[in-house]
Amino acid sequence: MSEYIEFDPTEDHGHHHKETFITKYIFSQDHKMIAKQYLITGVLFMGVIGILMSLLMRLQIAWPEEPNIIFEFFLGKWAPDGVMDADIYLALVTMHGTIMVFFVLTAGLSGTFSNLLIPLQLGARDMASGFLNMISFWLFFLSTVIMVASIFVEAGPAAAGWTIYPPLSAVELAQGGSGLGMTLWLVSMGIFIASSLMGSLNYIVTVINLRTKGMKLTRMPLTIWAFFVTAIIGVISFPVLLSAALLLIMDRSFGTSFFLSDIFIQGEVLHYQGGSPVLFEHLFWFLGHPEVYIVLLPALGIASEVISTNSRKPIFGYKAMILSILAIAFLSTIVWGHHMFISGMNPFLGSVFTFTTLLIAIPSAVKAFNYITTLWKGNIQFNPAMLFSIGFVSTFITGGLTGIILGDSALDINLHDTYFVVAHFHLVMGISALYGLFSGVYHWFPMLFNRMLNKNLGYVHFWVTAICAYGVFFPMHFIGMAGLPRRYYTNSNFPLFDDLADTNKIITGFAIVGGLIQIVFLYNFIYSMFYGKKSPQNPWKSNTLEWTASMKHIHGNWQGQIPEVYRWPYDYSKPGYDEDFVPQNIPMKKGEIEY
Amino acid sequence: MNTFLTILILLFIVIAIWQIVKIYDLTQVSTVVIDNSEIANDEDNRINGNLMLGFLVFIYVITIVCFIRYGDFPLMSNAASEHGSKIDNLMMVSMVLIFIVQTVTQFFLYYFAYKYKGQKGNKALFYSDNHKLEFLWTIIPAIVLTVLITYGLVTWSEIMNVDQDEDPMVIELYAQQFNWKARYSGEDNALGKSNVRLIDIDRANILGLDEFDPNAQDDVITTELHLPVGKPVLFKMRSQDVLHSAYMPHFRAQMNCVPGMITQFGFTPSVTTIDMRKTPKMVEKILNINNIRVEKSKDLQEKGEEALDPYEFDYLLLCNKICGKSHYNMQMKIIVETQEEFDNWINQQTKFENSLIAQK
Repeated sequence: MSEYIEFDPTEDHGHHHKETFITKYIFSQDHKMIAKQYLITGVLFMGVIGILMSLLMRLQIAWPEEPNIIFEFFLGKWAPDGVMDADIYLALVTMHGTIMVFFVLTAGLSGTFSNLLIPLQLGARDMASGFLNMISFWLFFLSTVIMVASIFVEAGPAAAGWTIYPPLSAVELAQGGSGLGMTLWLVSMGIFIASSLMGSLNYIVTVINLRTKGMKLTRMPLTIWAFFVTAIIGVISFPVLLSAALLLIMDRSFGTSFFLSDIFIQGEVLHYQGGSPVLFEHLFWFLGHPEVYIVLLPALGIASEVISTNSRKPIFGYKAMILSILAIAFLSTIVWGHHMFISGMNPFLGSVFTFTTLLIAIPSAVKAFNYITTLWKGNIQFNPAMLFSIGFVSTFITGGLTGIILGDSALDINLHDTYFVVAHFHLVMGISALYGLFSGVYHWFPMLFNRMLNKNLGYVHFWVTAICAYGVFFPMHFIGMAGLPRRYYTNSNFPLFDDLADTNKIITGFAIVGGLIQIVFLYNFIYSMFYGKKSPQNPWKSNTLEWTASMKHIHGNWQGQIPEVYRWPYDYSKPGYDEDFVPQNIPMKKGEIEY
Repeated sequence: MNTFLTILILLFIVIAIWQIVKIYDLTQVSTVVIDNSEIANDEDNRINGNLMLGFLVFIYVITIVCFIRYGDFPLMSNAASEHGSKIDNLMMVSMVLIFIVQTVTQFFLYYFAYKYKGQKGNKALFYSDNHKLEFLWTIIPAIVLTVLITYGLVTWSEIMNVDQDEDPMVIELYAQQFNWKARYSGEDNALGKSNVRLIDIDRANILGLDEFDPNAQDDVITTELHLPVGKPVLFKMRSQDVLHSAYMPHFRAQMNCVPGMITQFGFTPSVTTIDMRKTPKMVEKILNINNIRVEKSKDLQEKGEEALDPYEFDYLLLCNKICGKSHYNMQMKIIVETQEEFDNWINQQTKFENSLIAQK
């Protein structure tokens, strides 16, 4: 890294690094290229698979009895004569959850934007360790390959839900998917966690050490704050999932009994004695809950940046925003038990977790109110990124509010594992994080590819997606309140739920439209990557440092010296300036007060 | 339905192609020239600003439609257990609260987006902080949540603390892939010892009871759950293979069944099955469901299949934790009846000591 800091502006940078195709595009150590690699592998490739799976599930839920040619096409032997097999339904549930949560919204979102923005917005030539960064991506790629391969295993992929609770996930006799499919799942996740830890450590070190001159912590853009805190939560909680996965591998393959005890299945007693599945639940959710914020915080950061820039107004309550990120991050590590109110753990623990869980509503409310106040008396530029950020705030509120119900242990008794939960978390972390992701892609596409995305396609993409997201998940709360459990292959064995069938069809209709409209985005993305309009230097008139860097990607980001920072990043429409933005590298006028 | 889907997909492909062509035309003219045509202009701001207001209306409409259509809240009234109404009240309070917050905040979000849509020449207000406001919207949620947390915790501890003085009837709920069994503890009100290692299918000891435990002798194992109305029940949950969850939505009761440990949940059923069927809400619901089933039966009969049976309401125990292939059909009927009817029924069942098949 030191070679970049002692970078001589008078020399032509290109001479230093003779790059071959392989070092530039494949085993690249450049953070911008790695960001693109994450975006294409994590978001585009895995995202398409994840969304497709959800559509297959929705079709099955809406028309469970009818043979469907689409099933036969996609599922082959798992859908003889077009009738979906019950095992593969659970496998779809599992793989959809795994892919969306870990691959798209963790690696895809953090991997893309942390890598792209941390060095650029801090004024660094690259990440602290380019090599580690490269390894991190390739481990992620390996885990992607293994996870995708596991879908094609003879006995079917893992099918115990994305939470892979043992014994279902541990005992092959319980379920076909708990054989090789689950082994591959665990191996893939192990590698994924290694990749994630390397990435996170790199982000943390970069933020702490490589800020340019003048970039105080209280001058960092909120995006960086969000990525920084996300990385810290990741480093704290991912190793716990790794240990759970290792112990589960031990139970599965080496005869230990960490999570298993007293099992009689298919006519035989298994040897396991003394373990507890509840222990696994604790270990899993110790990651699993912070994971929600690992997914959400980057989206919050992106929304802060995009909303402020496009409102042409400083983000309201910058310091409160930072404090609330920190508060959310801290609380997120002590609330995992709210997934386990009825797991059989001591009811007193339930009380503690209810208390800590509902506290999260306070910093979240502060954030939501601050966003809304940022819009007030703004001069709002409705670029596609801005639409997605406003959509983000909207779904964050809608989905977050139902969290107040689910976090309340007494209410969770009745709503646990119903569709109410599905609606809640899809809105608050699924859709919200996806909106954050889209917002980021629309906003920083010029930075990634030096070209612009088509805005009209962006508008179509947003409005159809927004209507469909509410159309899918809003009614879903109500079928949950009617007591319909999630993860049911069909509801036709319960006449009690017959009156919900119509609603399920409507939801599926919205889901299909919402899923297919993503083709417009995909098309826009791929087309604009090659043929889009060339981007001007700072298309959104933004204050942050990345827009002072060379739009054409060069190693080291800035031709010449690294810019110095004199102010916070939110001086939009500041009195005393003609332009409605004052980039961070413009020195303060005499007597000017920083925010 | 397939036709509908096919049409939908075709429609989207057509739209996609149309867009592609349009874009292609637009980009043909200038691919190298740098201009600001992909950045929102006043026209875009005006259209999208208005759409923001439209979307606010959409959210309100979908809310109202959902409340009218599904708002009879089968899980917020008509509870069939004594603690159920406590949960329903808490739920109602929480729902009203989040409904208000949702309506107000979404209004401001979309209204501001509409009102302050950008225009060339306008300048935004430089307004970066206001400690009073920040304080206000930290402290108000804090106060509201304190109330809600306290209310929730009181309710929770009332439900979860089983009062042994009430002398609850002890019943075991036994889960296995993919069915439920109930074990009544008999006159001694004590369940006999059990372990999966004692399961002996040949001798019909299906739950692995200890044959020599005196408490086990009068235990009764059934495949239907009968409960006397008004009598406190303490369920002890057990599973023999994987995690299951005993979910009894009408009683607002749920607890996981965990292999290797015994979990518990207690409640008092307060409405008999027969009385529940007569409540106006349930009559309406059943009528509605039966109309749906009649319609469905017509379709089925056209295809030459059997018609569906008419539906009659029964309380149910459902599995609510993913447990394998037939998770979706793991259920047991629950019948709440008078003490007299219950006594009659339980006396007809075979006791454990009499149910064992003698060793050859």
